[in-house]
Amino acid sequence: MNGLHDMGGMDGFGPVEVEAGEPVFHHAWERRVFGLVAASAARRRIGTTDAFRFAIERMEPSHYLRASYYERWLTAMATLLVEHGVLTRDELVGRAGGSFPLSRPAPLLRIPEPPPAATPRFAVGSAVRVRNEHPRGHTRCPRYVRGRRGTVGRVDGVFPLPDVAAHDDRPCAEPAYGVRFPARELWGDAAAANETIHVDLWESYLEPA
Amino acid sequence: MSAPEDDRDHHHPAPMSDVEVRARALEELLREKGLVDEGFIDAVVSAYANDIGPMNGARVVARAWVDAEYKKRLLADATAAIAELGYGGPQGEHMVVVENTPTVHNVVVCTLCSCYPWPVLGLPPRWYKSAAYRSRMVREPRVLLREMGLDLPESVEIRVWDSSAEIRYLVLPERPAGTEGLDAEALASRLTRDAMIGTARP
Repeated sequence: MNGLHDMGGMDGFGPVEVEAGEPVFHHAWERRVFGLVAASAARRRIGTTDAFRFAIERMEPSHYLRASYYERWLTAMATLLVEHGVLTRDELVGRAGGSFPLSRPAPLLRIPEPPPAATPRFAVGSAVRVRNEHPRGHTRCPRYVRGRRGTVGRVDGVFPLPDVAAHDDRPCAEPAYGVRFPARELWGDAAAANETIHVDLWESYLEPA
Repeated sequence: MSAPEDDRDHHHPAPMSDVEVRARALEELLREKGLVDEGFIDAVVSAYANDIGPMNGARVVARAWVDAEYKKRLLADATAAIAELGYGGPQGEHMVVVENTPTVHNVVVCTLCSCYPWPVLGLPPRWYKSAAYRSRMVREPRVLLREMGLDLPESVEIRVWDSSAEIRYLVLPERPAGTEGLDAEALASRLTRDAMIGTARP
């Protein structure tokens, strides 16, 4: 989905603020949410990492922007537990004594059928173009490379296609690649000639250039 | 993991924030349903809070600095070479190490979320997860690195690695001049997390 999470190249967020001597967790609740997501039996009821990421992406946009990293984890976890019938929204709201914002429902989707995993279509050095597609569901193809031309720098093996794995429990592995883009291909002639951006992309996202 | 009350009663006398209330509500409900395995959660959280961090990556880098054969293996198959030192696990199953040289500087970002090589660097700092870092590093790396304190000569090529799929990246910085007499342990203690993300030099 073309959501706020797909931030590459956006303007307006200001300077990067670095906290000196930052602790691993800032609050005890962050430790607990990390533990619930990383290691609880409940986590194993709510599907793949891709489904979890999509639940974060489905957060109401202003909530996504306001929320800290672990608040996003909390929201995604609660959303998926409700969607999988482990908890109800009423239980959460009641126990929290007020509101418990969840992510928006997933849209009705047409999930792509990837070709059966086979030998990689591209090799190191292949010229490729990223397909200009805008799926409504989960994808790991950032907007800032869609339609752009790059060169395969690595062939990484075969991994489940997130566009399927986030939504559907069926085999969907296909080759993935490291693709190199000159900064000028992405950002125009004002970009430096000696900068490259390397993005990791599944075969379904690519076509021969 | 400490009992939930500790945080509120002993360290934060202020009322609980909304998000803390929600976190407690979720945890209580899951515990009542028998879906919280306390011992396992405690062990995992404690490992990331105390044992898994940039010191692991520093040992990998320092070893590569003092052992040319190890460095070759690290650049050829980082996951296996890192496993030689005992490091691996979630978010480190498919590692790639990218090497800085006098003419090439590497830096890592995740524009879509906050992917990060947990076994060698631990959990990511807030700035790595921030909208500012995620949006800007792919667009204006030289400017952003300068803002963050790393002023690279215009002649140095910058390679930005957006970890958008399953690969997780570790930067192999250049060994600083004047460290020829130091052993791996001393070298590792000089390395910072940011040098292995690529926003600083050691």
